[in-house]
Amino acid sequence: MDALHERSAAQVARAVNAREVSAREVTDAVLAHVDGIDAHVGAYLTTLHDLARAQADRIDERIRQGETLPLAGVPVAVKDNMCLEGTRTTCASKILEHWVSPYTATAVQRILDAGGIPIGKANLDEFAMGSSCENSALGVTRNPYDLTRVPGGSTGGPAAAVGAYEAAIGLGSDTGGSIREPGAFCNLVGFKPTYGRISRYGLIAFASSLDQIGPLTRTVQDAALAYDVMAGKDPMDATSVSPPPEEPAAGALRADLRGLRVGIVKEFATQALGDDIDAVYRQAYRDLEALGAEIVEVSLPTADYGLATYYLIAPAECSSNLSRFDGVRYGLRVDADDVTQMYERTRAAGFGPEVKRRILIGTYALSSGYYDAYYVRAQKARTLIANDFKRAFAACDLIACPAASQPAFTFNAKSDPYSMYMMDYYTIPMSLAGLPALSVPCGWVTPPGGATPMPMGLQLCAPIFAESLLLGAAHAYEQATKHAEKRKPVFPEGARA
Amino acid sequence: MTAWEAVIGIECHVELRTASKMFCGCQNEFGGEPNTKVCPVCLGMPGALPVPNMRAIDHMIRAGIALGSEIPAFSKFDRKNYFYPDMPKDYQISQYDMPLTQGGVVRYWLEDGTMKECRLTRIHLEEDTGKSTHAGSTDGRIAGSAYSLVDFNRAGVPLMECVSEPDIRSAEEAVAYLEALKRTFVQLGVSDVKMEEGSLRCDANVSIRPIGASEYGTKTEIKNMNSFRSVYRAIESEIERQIAIVESGGRVTQETRGWDEARGVTHPMRSKEQAHDYRYFPDPDLVPMEFNAATMEILRSTLPELPTARFERYTKQFGINVKQATQLVDNAQLADYFDQCVAACGNAHQCVNFVLGDLSRLSNESGTPVYYSNARPEYVAEVIDMLEKKIINSKIAKELIERIWEAAGSPRAIVEREGLSQTSDPGAVEGFVNDVLAANEKVVAEYKAGKTNVMGFLVGQVMKTSRGKADPALAGELLRKKLDAS
Repeated sequence: MDALHERSAAQVARAVNAREVSAREVTDAVLAHVDGIDAHVGAYLTTLHDLARAQADRIDERIRQGETLPLAGVPVAVKDNMCLEGTRTTCASKILEHWVSPYTATAVQRILDAGGIPIGKANLDEFAMGSSCENSALGVTRNPYDLTRVPGGSTGGPAAAVGAYEAAIGLGSDTGGSIREPGAFCNLVGFKPTYGRISRYGLIAFASSLDQIGPLTRTVQDAALAYDVMAGKDPMDATSVSPPPEEPAAGALRADLRGLRVGIVKEFATQALGDDIDAVYRQAYRDLEALGAEIVEVSLPTADYGLATYYLIAPAECSSNLSRFDGVRYGLRVDADDVTQMYERTRAAGFGPEVKRRILIGTYALSSGYYDAYYVRAQKARTLIANDFKRAFAACDLIACPAASQPAFTFNAKSDPYSMYMMDYYTIPMSLAGLPALSVPCGWVTPPGGATPMPMGLQLCAPIFAESLLLGAAHAYEQATKHAEKRKPVFPEGARA
Repeated sequence: MTAWEAVIGIECHVELRTASKMFCGCQNEFGGEPNTKVCPVCLGMPGALPVPNMRAIDHMIRAGIALGSEIPAFSKFDRKNYFYPDMPKDYQISQYDMPLTQGGVVRYWLEDGTMKECRLTRIHLEEDTGKSTHAGSTDGRIAGSAYSLVDFNRAGVPLMECVSEPDIRSAEEAVAYLEALKRTFVQLGVSDVKMEEGSLRCDANVSIRPIGASEYGTKTEIKNMNSFRSVYRAIESEIERQIAIVESGGRVTQETRGWDEARGVTHPMRSKEQAHDYRYFPDPDLVPMEFNAATMEILRSTLPELPTARFERYTKQFGINVKQATQLVDNAQLADYFDQCVAACGNAHQCVNFVLGDLSRLSNESGTPVYYSNARPEYVAEVIDMLEKKIINSKIAKELIERIWEAAGSPRAIVEREGLSQTSDPGAVEGFVNDVLAANEKVVAEYKAGKTNVMGFLVGQVMKTSRGKADPALAGELLRKKLDAS
């Protein structure tokens, strides 16, 4: 059996429920590992040693009382845009650097109730805006498979934490690919459920119509475990849904793909991504076929407009969502002579450049005279993209495509915003359509100039509410290929791992 | 000399009466220690989300149906974006292009009973803001203040905004319109409409034009009116001001003006900021609302009789005068009580007299509302019935009203038990008359000297001697006969 901190969530929960090991022992092991290596990885903005140990003791007590908990003793990294009462919740922004949340997000609460142990609040691109975690105003997070490279983003901290065994489950949020891309970069399963499946209450909003919480894990089984715990209607979130009951995703894991049609997207041909990458995806599609899937070609003709559509809708919503950070009630306040000046100085000092850029874009897109040309047209384009998926799903049960166009890149490699935005090219259309999608490890590519092979992710996407099908198929692929297990994270000499 | 008419439209904000706020579970109640009725949602904490109060939406629809508005099958909430310290999210959840109700008519009446109508543009639902106190500023505004304090107890209280068409033509009509709205909302239980507590706030758009003109003049928007009386005074004053400007060759400037209650004039308000671009867009945190015909029908069929209909029933069917009908309609529970009295005795006029007369007086003296008193409608009806049948006279009737107020009981039983029925037996009354004449020689002399107006006194003495039982008409007749004969 692996060291305690290297165990999957399912392994930990099974052992703790069986009283083979205590939640406290697992927690202490993980915290010791975090203390040893997080200085190099930088996954966490805040570690929660005391809270984690207290929660572990509570869980052990519940186990002693005879309870069985689906996530008993499982170490969890919480993206720092989710509220956990009494902990600093920063969104990796100067404007919330010292803000302590007075309440707990529903998804986080469900994880805690199910026995999860909050190890720490993990780094992200400021307000979840970015694809590399480099937009964090509060810390640098590195890819555990090559510390000179980014972990992806915006859920970079949780991805790095789970990749480096500093947690078994990372709680992330995905607005345009923020779980799936870092999942691909860090050799993880990154799963974004259907929009509305998991309550957003307590998730600090970036773009409300797109934001969705989901897990980052080292196995599909763990993703299903975490998902089953978090999913479901929440009276505190009017957009959360309770669709017809279906079997828990953890029970829907399958061994093959027989009887399933998998659509390969004509417009997402991978030749242009380079021979190595192209070969990885071609092999992935062949592996799906070898598992019994029927491969069909589908077309998403408007998906190419996804990026442009997304960069109107998401900034429009963010420009409004981030208004509340005004220095009046909480967070940073820069004093000034009058209230308007106070707003201006607080927001100028508190927000980083990417956040400001998106607030400006969004404010412009909603302005009178531009609203119809930008926001309304973007909403129409969004409908067209969703319709493309509906048509495609008439011909297939799942869609397979890349999660990202390249493996993790080095720091400062994407200095212009547009090339960074392009990292979400394959993930944004699913977000706009509200569909469940995940990335699952599908091979290794050594980037040009890179010293070591880096993981690649295959993106699988299912129709709305077909999470069990999606996770079941991803599990079959993962078990047949076992790409993730081929390499381990590398830590520098001297790091206590 | 041109004759002018005013053209007035009214926008009012009415806080809905619900147990909890519009988008969270906090208590919706006026006052309290500042910032005690708050939670992450109404404080706009990071990550908090709104969940709509269905009761408030029901209230809105009932109000809309009552006012003849169209209730669209589809409605949604939008965000109105602007920065202000008492607005927790720096956007207000409101409704822009698809409000819950559209159109409608407010039917109201003036003091002389004239019925009027004012069309509604729309009523939409939104959340109230917090309340700012700006310390150290000369005019109570944020500019120039040393510091400001914000109380968020009111933030998130459900608020409906009622926008009228410019159908109102005078200050009197404006107040009568507001009174009609108030009555309707109170009757429906959707709001308590207390201007002094800020649960009704209104602005008036006022312009003038020559009578007969079809085009509108330039309008001004009047704010800061804190009572119906100040609405009346402010509009009167503004109409006069505009007429004076135009008649002296000037032009009215389109602007917002504040009402100065103490000085009795409107004055230009410094514009808050530059022209606002509120950047409305659909609130992605809330799902659009859809309504089906069946729900509408249930809401429609459970509406009570509305004040205007009741007013017309009282004035037209019962022939009650405008003032008394208004008094009753303005107090729905009292009117319900009145209706029960009428149902039991059939004499609306006597019922009005007792309900608004003796019973209201007793209510004022004791502090107990008439409808909660011992004087049940059927007892009042018995009194009226006995009076009509001349079993008792009006003096005894008044006495009985007081008796049934003090302790519940059938007045008919009291009359029987205590022998209070009116004495029309000439023999008995004659006895009382003789006693009175014998005891009041001086007055009798005055009468004989031509001072016939002492007759009232003598009748009163007969009533007193008979303990109120004598038929006063018979007593008068016998007195006159005896005095004139002797």
